Amino acid sequence: MSLLKKNIILLVIAVLIAILPLTLLKDAEFAGADGLAEDAIIQISPDYQPWFDSIIELPSGEIESLLFCIQAIIGSGIIFFILGRMTAEPKKEEKDDN
Amino acid sequence: MYSKFEKAVIMLSVFISVFLGFQKTAGAMHIMEGFLPPTWAISWGILCLPFIILGVISIKKKVSVSRKNLVLLALCGAFVFVLSALKIPSVTGSCSHPTGVGLGAIIFGPFAMSIISVIVLLFQAVLLAHGGLTTLGANTFSMGIVGPIISFATYKLCKKLGANTGLAVFMAAFLGDLLTYVTTSLQLALAYPTEGSVMVSMVKFSGIFAITQILLAIVEGLITVVVFNIIKQYRKSELEELKVI
Repeated sequence: MSLLKKNIILLVIAVLIAILPLTLLKDAEFAGADGLAEDAIIQISPDYQPWFDSIIELPSGEIESLLFCIQAIIGSGIIFFILGRMTAEPKKEEKDDN
Repeated sequence: MYSKFEKAVIMLSVFISVFLGFQKTAGAMHIMEGFLPPTWAISWGILCLPFIILGVISIKKKVSVSRKNLVLLALCGAFVFVLSALKIPSVTGSCSHPTGVGLGAIIFGPFAMSIISVIVLLFQAVLLAHGGLTTLGANTFSMGIVGPIISFATYKLCKKLGANTGLAVFMAAFLGDLLTYVTTSLQLALAYPTEGSVMVSMVKFSGIFAITQILLAIVEGLITVVVFNIIKQYRKSELEELKVI
């Protein structure tokens, strides 16, 4: 099987696994998990107060999505640029007839 | 591609995780800002230092050999960048991030990814209010040190046992991801023992983090194999020089 075919199959499986929870759990909130760990901590140590705040306060979930998006874009951009150059076919040298 | 046995192992791990995963538990990612008491925060940070120094030295050595290695390192770093930005849903009803450090750990060794992780975590803590500056040490330790060390060791072990490269890469990325979150659970359990018992807290936090993470670790494993396959095909000599294959 060619490399491309192998990779596509693996990626399809990965996507299916990632989509699986969305199809199987119709009612789940899929909360951005930080809050859930916070809840567990508060359950264990109800008097705990976080002693430091994030440096910036993001105005909304939308902006947070934007920034995650940008992070993914920068990373992907680099990845695909490099992969593109790596997989490019070498230029054929012009043979000098004389 | 994968032999029948390898396919069976992978499918089995999928079924186990789906079966175990159907619980109403929470998921989580890195430890949030301010949620690790100061003494722990500082301790984890100090613990990271030797590994980061080892990482910088290791990178310098490998990159000075050839410019192509620098490009490969950039690829591995970008891989971490992308995967840390993806929130993937899990069967436990929440989402979490993969780590992406497996690839770099396999190619560049167990220490190189520590400094890359610091950079990514810093970016996320400052610009995304995700993770934290106070928890940078702890998060670096779990994602940038334990994860890559496990990935590297798993890869080498699998290769020694004669496994095909694809399976070795998959298991390395899978276990690295999972152990990263087991470490996070441990860090939280140490900081928040339930009535003095670290074990009880450990079980609680592992239930939150580790189980959510199993499917994600599989996804990370698969994606890592995909990228590694491409690198293996087109940069075989570099990999051989780095003693990866």
